[in-house]
Amino acid sequence: MMRTTNTGIQIQRIFAPMIERTSLREKLWIGMLLSVLAVGMYALYLQATVGHTVTGMRDNVVWGIYIANFIFFIGISYAGAVISGLLHLFQVEWRKPIIRIAELITVIATIIGPLFILLCVGRLDRLHHLVLYARLQSPITWDVLAISTYLTGSIIFLYLASVKDFAIYRDSTTLNLSKWKRRFFAFMAINYHDTPSQQKSINVAMNLMAIMIIPLAIIVHSVLSWIFGMTLRPGWHSTIFGPYFVLAAIYSGTGVLIIALYIFRRMYKLHDFILDKHFTYLGYIMLVLAAGYGYFTFSEYLTDWYGSETWTSQLIQKLFGWDEYGKLFLFTNVGGIILPILVVATPKLRKPGWITLASAIMVLAMWVKRYLIVVPTLETPLLPIQDIRPEYVNYSITWVEWALTLSGIALFLLLFTIASKFMTLIPVSEVAESHDEITQTK
Amino acid sequence: MKETDIEWINERRDFIKKAALGVTVAACGSAVCGCSSNSKEEGEKVVLLSPDGELVTVDSSHVKHVHKTVGVSKEIARQGIPGRKFVMVIDLAKCRNARKCVTACQKMHHLPEEDEWLQVRLMKDSPDAAPYWFPKICFHCDNPPCVKVCPVDATFKRQDGLVLIDTDRCIGCKFCMAACPYSTRVFNWSEPDQPEEIKCLDYSPETSVPAKIGTVAKCDFCPDMAREGLLPDCVTACPNGVFYFGDQNEDVVTNGDETIRFSEIIRDRGGYRFAEDLGTEPRVWYLPPKDRMFPVERGMEDLPAEIKDRFKGVMEE
Repeated sequence: MMRTTNTGIQIQRIFAPMIERTSLREKLWIGMLLSVLAVGMYALYLQATVGHTVTGMRDNVVWGIYIANFIFFIGISYAGAVISGLLHLFQVEWRKPIIRIAELITVIATIIGPLFILLCVGRLDRLHHLVLYARLQSPITWDVLAISTYLTGSIIFLYLASVKDFAIYRDSTTLNLSKWKRRFFAFMAINYHDTPSQQKSINVAMNLMAIMIIPLAIIVHSVLSWIFGMTLRPGWHSTIFGPYFVLAAIYSGTGVLIIALYIFRRMYKLHDFILDKHFTYLGYIMLVLAAGYGYFTFSEYLTDWYGSETWTSQLIQKLFGWDEYGKLFLFTNVGGIILPILVVATPKLRKPGWITLASAIMVLAMWVKRYLIVVPTLETPLLPIQDIRPEYVNYSITWVEWALTLSGIALFLLLFTIASKFMTLIPVSEVAESHDEITQTK
Repeated sequence: MKETDIEWINERRDFIKKAALGVTVAACGSAVCGCSSNSKEEGEKVVLLSPDGELVTVDSSHVKHVHKTVGVSKEIARQGIPGRKFVMVIDLAKCRNARKCVTACQKMHHLPEEDEWLQVRLMKDSPDAAPYWFPKICFHCDNPPCVKVCPVDATFKRQDGLVLIDTDRCIGCKFCMAACPYSTRVFNWSEPDQPEEIKCLDYSPETSVPAKIGTVAKCDFCPDMAREGLLPDCVTACPNGVFYFGDQNEDVVTNGDETIRFSEIIRDRGGYRFAEDLGTEPRVWYLPPKDRMFPVERGMEDLPAEIKDRFKGVMEE
């Protein structure tokens, strides 16, 4: 039998309603998500049967919102990979209540991100060609290898961190589980009984995965940035693109983690576990990342603007031009860099609510930034845009693309909801252990 | 203009009828496809020069192009034509935006209307420079950025210098389109509007026919024509002899009317490659628009309004 402490029982009680049964409110919520997904499926059906003409993409702007979403979702997956991986390595105690949420964000976002790149592919029936005729010279092959490894690694990391919990649920007297669910937990617990040798193996495995997941995460976003960096286009062909993307990813991942913590704390009354200090500490991390990201942004655009090479200047004029992308570009810098720094740096505003609001604006700004990386560059080819159909010149997002984008978000929320049916969002074992230690030292 | 690039079929004549049979068989290639060649009379008459030198008038529906139907197999198409190094020279001094190259290319590759593999841009190199017409085809770069990034080897470089596409392998990721700095490639965003007898053909990278939904296409330098010793369609269609096609190994290029040494014309006329500093090593050379045959405004005459609109703004500058 797994030992359980009072804290452990308290956590199980909080999440018992979700794990034991599905309430009407939850059913409505799932139904709403499914109806968004249904619209998305119809959009996908149109795109698959009619062709990509139903999107705003054309010969000039060959990629659009889908690629922006792809970068965005892979970016927020850094919430778990780096935050919980890094904090695990440094043995930071306060991480324990939030790691489950962080790691779930990682796994789910890494599942959804690649779906968006598939939406850009004209021939989904030929996806096996990526393996059959794989060319190692292509950054897309690098991406396929890196993301699949990363997804596998993230799932293993999440699972290793959950084995103890599954064993606790299996033996729990607090949870009133249905038979199949108890059997499921027994299966997932792989006969874990907290013996010293089992404890040792799981700790070693966890440490190894925490070490591996960090370089993996860095590789994934670097490789992703090289899809752009390896071309000869202004705004993409930049040597700092790898680290720039990696930093942007950790940054937006932290933002999403803060938002998720805020929502779950309110929804499940987790004030005993997710404390104000979690927001403050994550806020500090966000501030440092914002400063770093701002530095990268500044040096990237200063170099492009100062050098004023013709092709690059055309792009810079589009980004700075008030009637073109100027407003959005300003928003990405004010909302995405300056605002989070100001909020966290001001003691009066350093409260969960304000930090979450700043994070939400920042995450939106980071999504817009990804759009500004993809689309304006494609709208600025080397040769002047002429002798091409007018509708091919500029990109505008169609309802199909919006529907599929919203479907991505809905799928994210749906998978999160499903996950909350199978595990407590606060890890029982980890928190119970640390609470026990605190009681012992007292 | 040479007439040998196109064979015409006049159903009134017996010997050509036999040829028509040959064409239909050739067009289908294999017994798999059930192409029918029944076509309704369109009422539009065309005057043609028959192979024995007579002028004949036939209904346009009876006119069939044998070109761009059956190409070599994919394996052979990936190798290239041994000993060749194809090169194109485009004389900007002669171009007046007649756009015959554009339509000939579209017609011969059975392209859907919205696909234009050959484009004519109105270039103006600096604010004070004089504008000039700039026909743009695939540059078939020796260091092709598109081939580098292809994840499935669907676009490839051959020993004779050509960059071609295997549309049966292309997954439609469009990475090559993003990588090409010259906006050369086009994508089949929807089911291409092609006649049934074209759709059912087996694809060959040398003919680039038929186009397929969700895949990338582009100018192919017409290697199927080269195999038969013929010139690409844009070369023969141009009324002003702008395009010279040839073999760098033989050091010869021709526009159909005159045949000249490649190295000499590049040396004497100041030939250059577009955006040399990108390091892509194009196989297409341009001769500067010096001593022009036509004023640039001539290119705007007689254009349909829709096409004229595409160039608006450049002339006024």
